[in-house]
Amino acid sequence: MTRDLTRRHALMAAAGLGVTVEFLGSRAWADSDGAIAGKKLVVVICRGGLDGLSLSPPVGDPAYAALRGPIAIPSFGEAGGALQLDHTFGLHPAMEATHALALKGQARIAPAVATPDRERSHFEAQDVLESGAAVVYGTSSGWLNRSLEAMGPPGKVKAISVGPTAPLILRGRMEAASWSPGGASQTDHRLPAILQDLYANDPLLGPALASGLATEGMSKVALADAAMSEPTMTPASWPMGGQADAGGAVLRPVLQKGLPQSRKLGATLAGFMTQPAGSQVAAVSIDGFDTHANQGAAEGQLAARLAYLDAFLDGLATGLGPAWSDTVVVVATEFGRTARVNGTKGTDHGTGSTALVLGGGLKRGGIVGDWPTLAQARLFENRDTAPTVDMRGLFKGVLRDHLGVEQAALDGVVFPGSGGVTPVRGLV
Amino acid sequence: MTANPDLAAAIAVTRFGLGARPGEIERARSDPRGFLLAQIRSGGAGQPQPGAPTSGQRLAEFGAYQAERKEAKADGDPKSDPVKMAAKLLRDDTGVDFLARARFAATTDDGFAERWALFWANHFTVSAGKIATATLVGPFEQEAIRPHVFGRFEDLLVASSGHPAMLLYLDQTASVGPDSPLAQRAARGGKSAGLNENLAREIMELHTVGVEAGYSQADVTEFARAMTGWSIGRPGHPEEPQGFMFRPFAHEPGARTIMGRTYAEDGQAQARAVMTDLAASPHTARHLATKIGRHFVSDDPPPALTDRLARAYLASNGRLDAVAKALVNSPEAWSPTAAKFKTPYEFLVSSWRAADTAPDAVQPMAQNMNAMGQKPFSAPSPKGWPEEAAAWCAPDAVIKRMAWSEGFAGGAVAGRDPTMLADNALGARLSPLASRTIARAETRSEGLSILLMSPEFQRR
Repeated sequence: MTRDLTRRHALMAAAGLGVTVEFLGSRAWADSDGAIAGKKLVVVICRGGLDGLSLSPPVGDPAYAALRGPIAIPSFGEAGGALQLDHTFGLHPAMEATHALALKGQARIAPAVATPDRERSHFEAQDVLESGAAVVYGTSSGWLNRSLEAMGPPGKVKAISVGPTAPLILRGRMEAASWSPGGASQTDHRLPAILQDLYANDPLLGPALASGLATEGMSKVALADAAMSEPTMTPASWPMGGQADAGGAVLRPVLQKGLPQSRKLGATLAGFMTQPAGSQVAAVSIDGFDTHANQGAAEGQLAARLAYLDAFLDGLATGLGPAWSDTVVVVATEFGRTARVNGTKGTDHGTGSTALVLGGGLKRGGIVGDWPTLAQARLFENRDTAPTVDMRGLFKGVLRDHLGVEQAALDGVVFPGSGGVTPVRGLV
Repeated sequence: MTANPDLAAAIAVTRFGLGARPGEIERARSDPRGFLLAQIRSGGAGQPQPGAPTSGQRLAEFGAYQAERKEAKADGDPKSDPVKMAAKLLRDDTGVDFLARARFAATTDDGFAERWALFWANHFTVSAGKIATATLVGPFEQEAIRPHVFGRFEDLLVASSGHPAMLLYLDQTASVGPDSPLAQRAARGGKSAGLNENLAREIMELHTVGVEAGYSQADVTEFARAMTGWSIGRPGHPEEPQGFMFRPFAHEPGARTIMGRTYAEDGQAQARAVMTDLAASPHTARHLATKIGRHFVSDDPPPALTDRLARAYLASNGRLDAVAKALVNSPEAWSPTAAKFKTPYEFLVSSWRAADTAPDAVQPMAQNMNAMGQKPFSAPSPKGWPEEAAAWCAPDAVIKRMAWSEGFAGGAVAGRDPTMLADNALGARLSPLASRTIARAETRSEGLSILLMSPEFQRR
């Protein structure tokens, strides 16, 4: 044991009592410089290939209903119809909270976005989406992690990922915290100190444990609502929670249980981000969007996942309170899905999809980027929504205009070799 | 192979195998390599549940459940209790299968054979995300994976691709050729039926040649057309087989061209012929060799190892026993550095083995695995569970492992000396620092927690 043990002991005990925050907070905002102090960014990755034509259905596009057949979202005003945004676009009827934000100018859609990858492989496309490289295997760190480097010295802007595993988007040289519900409250305060000594020369376990312990301390504050200290993931801890059965119908009781949990997850993340020395940057993954069969329309498998997403965003926006006006949330997916319904009332891997941009300080405006339409001649490879916006341009616009990242860093480091990709203007 | 026999024995049991049970490293000491080679048997890997229900029985049960559900719906009562109970029974079946597999891993003498089987089960991932596939994951491993893991890769590929679990998981059962008689009949009735390319794509991308092979979207679509008709008998239709069934009327007629080769119309055998060529491809040899090296040796496997394994694959016409032997005989695989960070399942299994115990209930095991990021039988995608340390060593995951270790050690230590448990579990891999730290523990239980959380136990 080293001589530091006593001091560390005290720290551990403090973590247990939830007073760690004051210690960690001593250098919190003082050294964040004016431009980005208090600014927050949340990136939500919808894994599996989210069907943009259902998330933001272009019900006013003349080709939409015929291409989509049984999975078309009905038009505005019809039963189960899209929630109207403009003459062409609506939001899926499960996206009620997001629609309410859109009406206030606090949510916009980018309906034809894609990464530079065109292979229609989940794994390649997710790698490209998260690494920020132009090609797969272009880099082994994530663009969000590299953007932290561009914002200042290590530790200046803190980042967190939600979930038990670390997503590629936040992997890299800059340390990032991670958290998932469930807590480690049984841990006495001796073992962490012993392990910190044992991990002193371990490049993997040492930093991970230190970061995990610090986050545990903060979670005690974020989880101020006593009800939240229950392990919120329990009902889904066994296969099939919230999933579709073979016929594609949704297990409704499970689903209904899932929504308050999802809202709570959003609120908890907001708690992490609003406390002193909290994270300014966060990454969240939601999976289950690979709807090859029986994806449903206003109701069904995909509707359930969208309701989950909507509840998460609602919990996050509400939980951030006044900080919502300094926050931008981007919801993105690795690729969209085929414009035509397939033979099994689902959709196969496609190209362009919808990204959502949300935040209390968004500039008002219509859709982000051009809409190529679904006319047959305009479909990409006669199959998919043709992308008009490079996903990197969308992220670059947010990083530059919201978080003040220099254009040179964006072009060369955060999204290597992306000088030809113009940042999307006018979002914030 | 490393010159030190004590270290070689510890590596054989903890890196190639699933972790040491008391006395196991000692048993491997006289011939570490022979200890592993003896586990390569033509009959495949051991079965966790001899005499367990088959996929046919599980499909029949699922058919009964669906019928009951339909009836209850017709009665206007979709949430009636019999249905809930039936769904619960299905869920319980899945739990029984997972527990049996975990107990087998905790107690088997053939740790290398079991790791090899788990590798292939992950390579051909079927996830329990759908009710229909949940109860089939256990039978899938039992019927399609374990018997073939030391045989020809082509047989394994065909067994997996034709198993009802895989056909349902990747939506193949309902894929219909657009010009098939079935599609035409559906069109006359005002319905639509068509292609679903999910399984065809993943066979090419994940199971065989990999994306580096440079195939196109057209190749995927053509293979999907060749696959049409590969389906299963409908649950609840006793006149149809409760398992694989080729549906000639759903098959897309005509010749297909895939990666430059043309396959004449041949019904079910058309896709089968494509699989033969995919299995024989040098791209497949490299793809599999890289994945095996990544699983057994390092996230970034040494190129010399990949070359060696790919050569063994091609020279044996794709025999997996030859590849397993080549792995055991590769000096790169015996590097003294333990480069692999354990997945949660590997961590739990090796902990049970170190404490000479086995789990006796699905809960809380399933909940703990979920908290550490590896929900039982539920890999997040057809790609399976990740291999990279970066995916598993997140700060939160380390906290969860620490909390679990403390809870587990309290009950498992059972009055034993933790320094002895540490010697048994890690042998020559135990570092002086960890050894000293364990010896200084305040309680026996704390000593065992430290062992389980030590850097060398977290790795293999």
